[in-house]
Amino acid sequence: MQDEPNPLEILRAVATLLREELMPQLVGASAFNARVAANALDLVQRELALPATAAQEENGALSSLLGMDGDTQGLTTELARRIADRSIDPADPAVERLLWSITEAKLNVDQPAYGGLKRVLALRAAQHHR
Amino acid sequence: MTQETTGEAFGTGPLDRDGLAAITSKFAPGGGKITDLRRLSGGASQETWSFAVQGDRTPDRLILRRAPGGTFQHSGTAGLEIEAAVIEAVAKQNVPVPCVRYVLSPEDGLGRGFMTSHVDGETIARKILRDDRYAAARAALPGQFGAALANIHAVDLTDLPQLRLQGPARSLQVMRDDVSLLPTPRPVFEVALRWLADRLPEEQTLRLIHGDFRLGNVIVGEDGIRAVLDWELVHAGDPMEDLAWLCAMPWRFGMIDKPVGGVGRLDQLIESYEMAGGVADRARLRWWDVMSALRWGVNCAGMLPLFRDGTDTSVERAMIARRASENEIDILRLIYLGD
Repeated sequence: MQDEPNPLEILRAVATLLREELMPQLVGASAFNARVAANALDLVQRELALPATAAQEENGALSSLLGMDGDTQGLTTELARRIADRSIDPADPAVERLLWSITEAKLNVDQPAYGGLKRVLALRAAQHHR
Repeated sequence: MTQETTGEAFGTGPLDRDGLAAITSKFAPGGGKITDLRRLSGGASQETWSFAVQGDRTPDRLILRRAPGGTFQHSGTAGLEIEAAVIEAVAKQNVPVPCVRYVLSPEDGLGRGFMTSHVDGETIARKILRDDRYAAARAALPGQFGAALANIHAVDLTDLPQLRLQGPARSLQVMRDDVSLLPTPRPVFEVALRWLADRLPEEQTLRLIHGDFRLGNVIVGEDGIRAVLDWELVHAGDPMEDLAWLCAMPWRFGMIDKPVGGVGRLDQLIESYEMAGGVADRARLRWWDVMSALRWGVNCAGMLPLFRDGTDTSVERAMIARRASENEIDILRLIYLGD
């Protein structure tokens, strides 16, 4: 077992250093790149913070939709193949649900503030109220 | 993407100043001395240089757009000589563009490219969408976008060099090929390809298409559009491609409820487009909405091999690769929620 602070805590400290100490001293391309770097550290923190069960759940959902076992990469390839060769119908609610859940899970790590995701949540809330 | 007056200099790099002066002396009376030469930010597929030419009148500020290192041409781009010809043609059609001053020839020894007059204004979307000084511009832009696009689409293609011909069917084939080359399986992209194939619009007469018409690629002043830039993806295609691209979620820059480039409503764009003689088709527009999300998604996902093989190991490149999921959620929203 490693000593602490843990990776998340260290990354948070580096991101804070970039934002609060280094960025104000930089201009132009360097300031921009430092902001991108801080955002990248935030992304890595979100990915590291995922519960250990997340990967397993995705694998299980793919496996049960496709009726086969395999690693997640292989199952995702198979899902893509079956959509392309029309042996799976994207209009099937189970397929739709899985695509939303996989994509939202990715986005919650990649860019949880993305406008397109906010728009989806707003549309869904509006539908729910109707 | 480039040419902003507020943009930072990126150093001068290898551009032959004497070669440049030899050209500019031809059209700057009594002059030719180059000052303030600097490379502007942006544009991996093109170099953009800013400089002033001293003559017997006030200094003439110019922009040189050049192939990277002088010669490299990115696949899918029109080529700089064609770009210059298109800019001259659309200028006659009242599209605001920088005046083309000179097209490089091999004897100039500076590679491929062309020079235009400098146009003052802002290209950074975040500033145009949020700064008080652009409030009037924001109100004017939806109408100006529609008029500029209608005027671009009205250009007679027979007056131009041969362009890439890419209507809906060809665009779909290009996307299919690009998706098949991606390193990661993408079920959502396959859903989009299938949706697009099932609704392929019939081919119509191809028109001049800008190919990347959005904030970032236009110079905006306090009164609105001053110049449409970045013609490198110009081709012959379906006019609805340009309208849909302008409305794609990434080009709203966070102003998610203003589909037209983050500044306006779709009906404002369509009204101004039709007022200026364009013919809008909402069903085709819808098809291109999905195509736009897929196109940008493929672009983002395609950054992974470039990052991994050492072509561009920057953090920015890595982070763009991780934005493919944004386009996937856009595809799902368009297809499943009909938004």
